[in-house]
Amino acid sequence: MNIETSNTHNLKNMVTMTHRNLLKTLHNPDNFGDVIMEPVIFTLLFGFLFGGAIAGSVQSYLPILVPGILLQSILNAASGSGQQLREDINNGVFDRFKTLPIAPIVPLAGQLIGDIFRLLLAGSMALVTAFLMGWRPVVGLPMVAAALGLALFIGWATSWIFALVGLVAKNAEMIGSLSMMIILVLTFLSNAFVPTKTLPRFIQTIVNLNPVSYTVTAIRSILQTGTWDLHATVALLCGLLIISIFMPLSLLAYQKQN
Amino acid sequence: MNNDDVIQVSNISKHFGKNAAVQDVSFSVEKGEIFGLLGPNGAGKTTLIRMMTTLLHPDTGQILINGFDTQTQGRNARQQFSVTGQTAAIDQDLTARENLMIFARLSGLGIPAARSRATELLKAFDLVASADQTLETFSGGMRRRLDLAVSLVGKPTILFLDEPTTGLDPRTRAQMWQVIQSLVATGSTVLLTTQYLEEAAQFADRIALIDHGQMKAIGTPDELTRRVGGKRLRLQVTAAQSLKAAQVILQKTEMNPVQVSERTLTVSLDEGEVGQTAALLQQFDEAGIALSQFAIEPPSLDDVFLQMTVGKN
Repeated sequence: MNIETSNTHNLKNMVTMTHRNLLKTLHNPDNFGDVIMEPVIFTLLFGFLFGGAIAGSVQSYLPILVPGILLQSILNAASGSGQQLREDINNGVFDRFKTLPIAPIVPLAGQLIGDIFRLLLAGSMALVTAFLMGWRPVVGLPMVAAALGLALFIGWATSWIFALVGLVAKNAEMIGSLSMMIILVLTFLSNAFVPTKTLPRFIQTIVNLNPVSYTVTAIRSILQTGTWDLHATVALLCGLLIISIFMPLSLLAYQKQN
Repeated sequence: MNNDDVIQVSNISKHFGKNAAVQDVSFSVEKGEIFGLLGPNGAGKTTLIRMMTTLLHPDTGQILINGFDTQTQGRNARQQFSVTGQTAAIDQDLTARENLMIFARLSGLGIPAARSRATELLKAFDLVASADQTLETFSGGMRRRLDLAVSLVGKPTILFLDEPTTGLDPRTRAQMWQVIQSLVATGSTVLLTTQYLEEAAQFADRIALIDHGQMKAIGTPDELTRRVGGKRLRLQVTAAQSLKAAQVILQKTEMNPVQVSERTLTVSLDEGEVGQTAALLQQFDEAGIALSQFAIEPPSLDDVFLQMTVGKN
């Protein structure tokens, strides 16, 4: 078999599989809620609920909130990855994929490429909602795109962790609730929504160590001053580290599935 | 070995831990056959299918699908067949048409060709009216039909079906068999497992009987029933309380063990015994045992099944 044609086949199959994955997101109210409704609801909720208390007004809270809610929306969407994989495995669809004359990696690739679109959708929903609430970026569009890009990269790195969990653990519902809990703890125990000065010292220590805090700080400085600072580089390295660990592990777990 | 053999299974064994799921099984399936794998629950039928469809590696032995080794030429082997598992492996969140489209695309069809193939199959399987609904609204029978339709997307020449008719109502089952037969009429080969013996007897060209992972018998349904041999005497007592007495009389005259179920007694007859059954009738009459049924029957596939397998009970 010619390698080039085989590669274009793989690419075409991955596109088909990604398409399938996105169709599932759009048809399934659960997934749809994770990706579209939650970013909107959380942005509205946090903005109106905490705005006055934390920053004096909704308008002055939004610049603090947007980086946090952007990352949270994306991480939340990423957490669905494992559950979806497990459901596909449990109901036998993956077995059928494995009996097709396609490269074995295609179904997994479909899920994780689909994730990129899902995360992009979730992040965009958060930004659009904030915009409608009155948030105006003070930096140019390229910087907003850079912030979104960084959040996406971190989110996608995280979805590899959840993919591994989905491949290893057996129970889809358990994976769903566990993923949700991890994301809640990670995002709330950070500087995503509140200034850290008022927190008890030991919690401050945890919060400062949390990679989510690094990323949020990085996104904040990109969105507020247009600068890519050390935090952004650290966050980027964190993402690379996660991918370099969890991508091979997930691939291994996937290949050992049967 | 035969040039017409599209599936060749040679000395396959598979262990799960200490448990031997399949032990040294060999058989081959000819082009254009409906080949039935029969056996009690847990006999190893599904394990065999999973190995033939490259989902599971055998511990020892070799499986060739159209000449391609499932272990060393997996992708080529996968091009030869399509499989429908026990549970409907289709996407609940997608519509029937989308399910078909995706598998059509994955089996190499372009978008227009995939679209027309999907429509063709929706028509053939009577799913046009629900084509664009997600599967939540589908009945069990509709799901199985769609599942089979998805398997046929790439026009496979070899089709594996793991209990295709289990849990279906008689009408859907008949429909299923129609599809399978018309597929075979176009030259395809079908290997299926089933627990319905009448179905296997009626539709399968050849049957392999598996028990505890071992091949017990293989042949046409006729050959298998002939192998069990002899005729059977089946009688039913009118009153349940005379069952015991009837059993005693029967056991006294007959060499073979008597099987009892509710008010029915069955015993297989050896050569020459058929003529003695008139005397039996007289004995029952004298003992005052009223019979509501008295029949001499040829053996059925049920008998083959019961005689040759033990199952997991």
